[in-house]
This record gives sequence, C-alpha cells and structure tokens, in this order.
Amino acid sequence: MKHLRSIDELGHSGLLEILQLTDHMTEINQRPVPKVPALRGRTVASLFFEDSTRTRLSFETAAKRLSADTLTFNVSTSSVNKGESLRDTVATITDMGVDAFVVRHKSVGIPWQIEQWTKASIINAGDGAHQHPTQAIVDCYTIREATHTARFDGMQITIVGDIKHSRVARSNIQAFSMLGAKVTLVAPPTLLPPDVSHWPVEVNHHLDDVIPTSDVLYMLRLQSERMSQGHVPTLREYSEQYGLTQKRVARLRDSAIVMHPGPMNRGVEMQIDPSDVKNSLIHRQVANGVSVRMAVLFDLLGSGANLGGQA
Amino acid sequence: MSKTVVIKGGKIINHDGELRADVRIENEIVVEVGANLKGDVELDASGCIVTSGFVDLHAHLREPGKEEAETIETGSRAGALGGYTALVAMPNTDPPQDSVAVIDFVREQGKRAGLVDVIPSGCITLGRQGETLAPMAELAQAGVNFFTDDGFGVQDASLMRRALEYARGLGVTLAQHCEVAELTKGAVMSECQCCTDLGLPGWPAIAEELMVFRDIELVRITGATMHFLHLSTARSVDLVRAAKRDGLPITAEVTPHHLSLTQELLASYDSVYKVNPPLRSNDDIRALKIGLLDGTIDAIATDHAPHPRRDKEMSLDMAPPGMLGLETALGVVLAFGDLEIKDVVALLSWNPARIAKIDNAHGRPIAVSEPANICIFDPELSWSVDLQRLASKSINSPYVGRTLRGKVRHTIFRGTPTVIDGQAQK
Repeated sequence: MKHLRSIDELGHSGLLEILQLTDHMTEINQRPVPKVPALRGRTVASLFFEDSTRTRLSFETAAKRLSADTLTFNVSTSSVNKGESLRDTVATITDMGVDAFVVRHKSVGIPWQIEQWTKASIINAGDGAHQHPTQAIVDCYTIREATHTARFDGMQITIVGDIKHSRVARSNIQAFSMLGAKVTLVAPPTLLPPDVSHWPVEVNHHLDDVIPTSDVLYMLRLQSERMSQGHVPTLREYSEQYGLTQKRVARLRDSAIVMHPGPMNRGVEMQIDPSDVKNSLIHRQVANGVSVRMAVLFDLLGSGANLGGQA
Repeated sequence: MSKTVVIKGGKIINHDGELRADVRIENEIVVEVGANLKGDVELDASGCIVTSGFVDLHAHLREPGKEEAETIETGSRAGALGGYTALVAMPNTDPPQDSVAVIDFVREQGKRAGLVDVIPSGCITLGRQGETLAPMAELAQAGVNFFTDDGFGVQDASLMRRALEYARGLGVTLAQHCEVAELTKGAVMSECQCCTDLGLPGWPAIAEELMVFRDIELVRITGATMHFLHLSTARSVDLVRAAKRDGLPITAEVTPHHLSLTQELLASYDSVYKVNPPLRSNDDIRALKIGLLDGTIDAIATDHAPHPRRDKEMSLDMAPPGMLGLETALGVVLAFGDLEIKDVVALLSWNPARIAKIDNAHGRPIAVSEPANICIFDPELSWSVDLQRLASKSINSPYVGRTLRGKVRHTIFRGTPTVIDGQAQK
C-alpha cells in the first residue's frame, strides 16, 4: 500500500491487516518505553491546512513512537491562499526529503490532487466532508476491542447527526459495512446527503426508534453554523430530537456502546457527560488513535523493518 | 487583386442538398461552383465536407482582463482551427462588455487578429451585477444584438422582466445563463450520488429549470426574443419544447461537453471536469440529444472557457468552472452526438448564425455570389487532443485521452484560408 486516502482505497483485506497490525502497536504502547526503531530515518510531514490539534498530535505521537522524524507545516487556509501555493508547499517539503505527508484540508480531493507533485506516501487526515480513513479504522478497532470480535456481522451501528457534512460518517459507513455491520443513519433529511439510496445503510429520522436496537450509537458533532444555513431551526430543537440525553441512555441496551469522534459539543449532541454512560468508548477512541496511526505509518513506510527492538 | 482560392473534390452540404463540386473564391465571394476549377491556391477536399463556417454563440475570449488565459487573437486562432468563422464573445471580461468603449475594443481586436468575425455580446445588467440595466440602447446602436450576463443568471425577476421589455423595443435578443443562485451556493458538481459520496455541495437540476421556467413565462408576457445558454438537464429540454410548441420566440443551445461527459468524472478530483452548469447524468445526455433531433435545441455552442493552469490546479471547490471547446467541438459532436452530418452543420453553423443575427455573412449556402466563410472537414478522421498543439493559451481540455471523430482540414474566412491542412495560417 502506497497511500491511505479513503476506506475504499484501503479495501477489506487492507482494513483487516491494519487492525491486526494495530494489536502489535497497542502492545508496544503498553511497554514502559513505548518506542521502537522501526521507522528510524524516515520523515513524516504533517500538512494541516485546517486546524486539528488532536489529530495532528495523534499522528505525530505515532510517528515518534516508531522513531520517525516529524515535520509540522501548520497553516490556516487563509495564509496559503490557493492551489499554486499548495503545489509549491508540497513540492518544497518533498525536496526536503519526506517519506509521507499527513494531510488535512477543507477541500475534497486534495490528497489525490497532490499525488502529482510528490513521490511521498499520502495519508488523508480529513478532506472536506469526504474521507477521514484513520478515524474510521480507530473506530473499528475500538469496537473490536470492546466487543472482542473481529467481525461485525449482524451488529447494529447507528450513526446520528450531521451525516451530510461529515467525513467521519462517509469513512465509517464504508468501514463498518465492510466488516459486516448493519448501519443506520439517523438525522433530519436536511442533514443527509441528497441521495443515499446506493449506500449500504438504512435511514431513520427518529432517534428514539432505533435506540433500543442499537449495539453501537455513534454520535456526530453538530456545528453551530448549520443553524444559520437553515439545516436545523435551532440547536435546542436539534438536541431535543437528536441529542443523547439521560432518558435516551436509559433506553439503550446494557451492552450498547456510545462513541463520538470528538470534539464533543456538550449540551448539543451530548447532553450528558460521557462518563455517565456505562459503555462510553470515547476515551478509548483517543487512546487507540495513536496505535492505529502507528500501524498505518508502519504499513506505508516500514517495508522490511521489524517491530522487535528498543529504540 | 487577391488570390483566387479553389476547394477541390469535396462534398458540399447546403440547406437544400448535397453536391460534389469544386468551389472557386475571389475577393471574399464564391464565384463559381463546378467541375475541374483552377485557382492560385488549391485546397484538397477529397473525402471532406465543404460547408459554411461554424458560428459559436458562446466563446469566452478573456480579453480584456484575463489575457493570461486567452486573448482575442489566440481564441480566434483556436476558433479557426475548429472550423469557426464567427465567435460571439461573452461579456464577462474585465472591464465587462457593458459600454460602447469595451464593445468597440473587442470588435477592433477581433479585426486586428483577422481570423474570424468577433461579435461582441453586451451585458444585460451593468457590470453583470444584476442590479441595474446596462445601456442596452447605446450598445445596440454600436451593433450589439445579443445580451447576456453569462456566468450569472439575472436573479431579480422584476429586473429580468424590464430587461425583456426593453429588449423587445430594441429588437435584440437576451441570452440567459439559467441558475438560481440561492440553490447553488458553493456548488461544485451536479447533485447526484457521486456528489453524495464525495461530500461536495451539489448543483441541483432545479436551479436551472426554475429559471428556464421563469424566463419562458416572462417571454410569454413580454414578447421579447430569448435564447437559453448551455442547457444541461432533461427537464429544461421539456420546458423549452413546450414553450416552442406555444410559439414563443425562444431558442436554446447545448455544449459539446454536456453531450459527451458525465458527472461521475468528478470522482477523479480533476478540476478540468468542473464546469458551470455542471456535467450531468446519462439520462440528461439522452434528453439533450433528443432535443437536438426534434429541434427543441437550435444550436451547439462551445462555452469555450480557458483558464490558466495555476487556476485549474486548485482543489475542486476553489478551481474556476469551465473548459476549452473551440478546437474540439466538431470532433466531440461527431464522435458523441449521434447526429447526421447535415444536422451537425445546422447546429454548428446555420442556426447559430440566425440566432446571432449574422446570417447575412455566416451560415450561408456554398453558392455563387455568397460570402466565402467556409469550413472544410473530414467527418471520419479519428484524432485525440495534444495539449502541446492547442492554439488556445490555456490547456484545460477534458478530451485528452479520448478519441474524437471528425477534424477540420481547412477554414476560409472572408475568402482567405485561415487554416490549411489543419495548420493555422497566421
């Protein structure tokens, strides 16, 4: 595998391979010195055109635990204004000798577009509302860890919220269904894409209908600008209809899992503290983020290296 | 005394039929049609169609203002290579074509290039801002008879009504870019399953159709002449068909790319496929082709929209919409249009000449005493686009790697060959 830009590109066998590799990384992360020399001499550049401190830190921590060198190119889209600059930026950093770019950009397709300007591997850390594949792998790993099962056959996963604008949803729908889960999307029609009839999903507009049958309840963040754009009338109404309340938590199955990709909007989609939920995996998602990203970096850059020794 | 030019061995296609004959041209006029003619310059047309030069109702020549993308000269040359002898220059220049000074400049630059007739269109509203009318009477006196805010539709229905009323008094045609802007904010591609997958904001068909419907009804109450630019959806074709059945003075065009390329191409993330209105579905393509066959759509127009490479190297959402068209129109239409050659000539030459009101000089029969604006093309030749060889200053052609059929061999503008054997003569 040369790049990781979408779950489709990774494919079913690729996904299983990364999940297995993540087990090794989890083991490394439990050592007293969680660091191995596997990627010594390799350089990973994070190219974040959109702020996301947590994702960037997760990648950089992963790279460092594998002994790779890291470069951070932190730009807001306003300072690097258009495509020419993007091309120059990518070409310049490539000239410094990097092996992988971790790219986050507000525009769909950037990880594919920059391929023509660099020989380095490209990892998509989020492109517009399109894909965020490492988040999806993290979520699969987290569910696998919690349920002690590698296959999601028959598992009912409900994704709630702003599907339309969510790269996390697009990646997760692909990944969850690849592993055999049944995915249900819950949102008002205004927060769904115009046509999802070709997606392997069910759609329901009423959260209360699916609460009792969900094995996993995956809450998405609602951005407040959706109100001014007319997608929802008010945040209050949204949180009443689609937020996770104490009352809804009480109707969940005992074994049901609650997840959220972060950062949470407390008082909007999360009307409760995650610690109030017995099976909240929100903290496991963050912890597993590092292990999964180690696995991805190792898979892309670590040909031939072994994971054995100490750094 | 200019040289005499003879076109030898081609098949002439006129409105009233076909004939195999040579054509002799002197002093910008066809002087003889017959067998075994001789002249100073002899152009071989064996295996070729000889017909009136093409007329493009929709060319963005970018001058003044964006000469980095195209100039009137380079656009004219691209046009000549595509078999065109007249181009209607779209008014979204900088400054826009909303004053006599700019109109005169564009026309003069066209004459200086001397490769095609450059017909400047005028803005409907001042600065294409959609707020107040451009000085249409003054522009009409300066020879403009085709007005559009292309790139934008006139959003304000009341202003559009006034524009049509005013235009009726002047006897000029208004051409609309149909797009209700509130429905296409941030839109990058057609609203479809592919845009769902990509997470891009969609450009719904109804944004076009609502304005087509509105303007048909405005034509009904004003009686003005109206042309619809670059129709892209099946329902737009239905609306125009019904309006024509009612006898309304409406014409419409479609672009070669909306007949040949579909929305799924955007999944390549290549902004060369970003265009406005966006590429649509196969069902829409089918409906547009039926519209061409049954006369609902009168013309094929390129919407030739050059952009410099650095602009098109941006992400899908940031890159400007538009693609080249002049040099590939014939090859695309013959390869993908499912049309008879005579229909192609009507759609590329006769009908647009009439719509642009230049049918005194263009779209004429190949016959004695007629002006010699002539296109000679090989309808069977297969070829593909070589970006290095495009005459346009820009290279945003979506047809690289696709086989086109039918290529212009010679073009004659006002009696002088502008293209001989596929080579521009100046």
